[in-house]
Amino acid sequence: MIEVKDLTKSYGQITAVDHISFGVNKGEILGFLGPNGAGKTTTMRILTGFMPATSGTASIAGFDVTNESLEVRRHIGYLPEAPPVYPDMSVESYLDFVARIKNVPAEKRRGRVDDAMAKTNLTDRRHELIKRLSRGYKQRVGIAQALVHDPDVIILDEPTVGLDPKQIIEVRHLIKSLAGNHTIILSTHILPEVSMTCDRVVIINKGRVAAVDTPQNLTSQLKGGLRVRVEARAPEAALKDLLVKVPGVKIVQIEGAHNDGHMIAMVEGTQGKDIRSEIAAGIVGKGWPLYELRGVSMSLEDIFLQLTTDDASHAQPAN
Amino acid sequence: MQGMYAVYRKELGHYFVSPMAYVVIGIFILFCAFVFNYDTQAVILQSTQAQMQGMSMPMDLPGQVIQGFFMFLATMLLFVTPMLTMGIYAEERKRGTMELLMTSPITEIQIVLGKFFAAFTLFIAMLIPTLVPVTFLYFTSDPHMPVRIIACGYLGAILVGGSLIALGTFISSLTENQLIAAVLTFAVFLIIWIIDILGSPTGNSATVLGYFSVVRHFQDFARGVIDTSSLVYFASLMVFFVFLTVRSVDSMRWRRA
Repeated sequence: MIEVKDLTKSYGQITAVDHISFGVNKGEILGFLGPNGAGKTTTMRILTGFMPATSGTASIAGFDVTNESLEVRRHIGYLPEAPPVYPDMSVESYLDFVARIKNVPAEKRRGRVDDAMAKTNLTDRRHELIKRLSRGYKQRVGIAQALVHDPDVIILDEPTVGLDPKQIIEVRHLIKSLAGNHTIILSTHILPEVSMTCDRVVIINKGRVAAVDTPQNLTSQLKGGLRVRVEARAPEAALKDLLVKVPGVKIVQIEGAHNDGHMIAMVEGTQGKDIRSEIAAGIVGKGWPLYELRGVSMSLEDIFLQLTTDDASHAQPAN
Repeated sequence: MQGMYAVYRKELGHYFVSPMAYVVIGIFILFCAFVFNYDTQAVILQSTQAQMQGMSMPMDLPGQVIQGFFMFLATMLLFVTPMLTMGIYAEERKRGTMELLMTSPITEIQIVLGKFFAAFTLFIAMLIPTLVPVTFLYFTSDPHMPVRIIACGYLGAILVGGSLIALGTFISSLTENQLIAAVLTFAVFLIIWIIDILGSPTGNSATVLGYFSVVRHFQDFARGVIDTSSLVYFASLMVFFVFLTVRSVDSMRWRRA
């Protein structure tokens, strides 16, 4: 449905998007994940025909975004970073206007507007002026606007920004319910959002694609087993010795001492075995004061950080 | 066509949901009424003075009143049109709604024409109340003044307004700031209004520059004369600035950093 190849966008000296390539299948939800300024918005703007790429190609529904922009625009619904609403219009008349400029035929317009309002829970606010709505409601109007003409492809730039937790859940449900009939690209810098809603993730950093995979694969890729952070007052060598001997422990990494003499160690165990109780028993058995014993789970967050932090900072051990 | 009409409808509606249209039209009508009243009194005073001095030259009083009125009307447009056009793109860019328009399946020409005609329609609607004193003048003058003169005056006003709106929308498309758009529009209006004074009064430059002056071309209309060159002048102004606006809107895709 969407094919992006070697897409590049530079603003003078700065390259915002650097040879990005990925594809999205029909009915799929693709998450676009990256820190602020990674090039997510720029990529989406190129896809929607809002700005041209410096080089590379992108096509939506078989149409090239640069040469057949009008045709592409017929097939997409787009929610920019800030909902593009007119504050002086009512919800209903605004959606009617959007339906008109999106070429919805007159006889279908009424139904489509009602439908979009129903999907985004705006029906009871239909006559309200958009400027009187709260941030969350405005965002919903923005989403409704992207749906109103029932497009094949929906591109959402940070759709849950500014919503309260309840609304975020509603919007995620809405997005999930749209998949299948629509192909969706959504960008976010919130990690749980991706694992909850997306079929596939493109992690993008500094204008480059850092990884493309399913959220599950990405998480399992780096998830060795349970990791435990140990903080105890103990001699370094003796502590390492003890931890290595605990059954089920794979790797022990002493991270050094605090200035108050607390030794910190990261211990990685084999999958499916809880090593915490034995570590605790071992340390206490030696008579060392144990200050902290904490399980550290590898999440998408760690993967994300690993993929998006500089090589330079990788060279030095974290903490 | 559907896209253009949608933009037109939205834009026109936008004028009337905000207080803008009411304030501008209200002030415009107030001034027109005031000036018509003053203009009539001045002309009558002039004629009585002439009579008292024993001059028996025939004077076309209604003709003088209407000519003065139309000249004033045109001058008012200098102040009123920037208010109508300043926000037309500046506001849209600031709110981010330009992004909606430009990612919708409508062309730049549809956007530009839709907006231009909306402002133009509002402007024509604004002229309608001024028919009241003019109609009054028509019926009280004896013999009735020729309708041709009135029609010419309005045609001229509409052409001047259209040209200024085309120019104003173009300037609005260049900036995100409404205030800058308004000030710049007013400055440029003023320059093309009085451009002929820039030339030396004796040389040919004044004649050449005179062709570019809006007020020169409008004077003919206010006297009831339709000059083809003036028609061409106003039509070219409108087409030229609408064209520039289309290019300017198109270039927003590239300009945005």
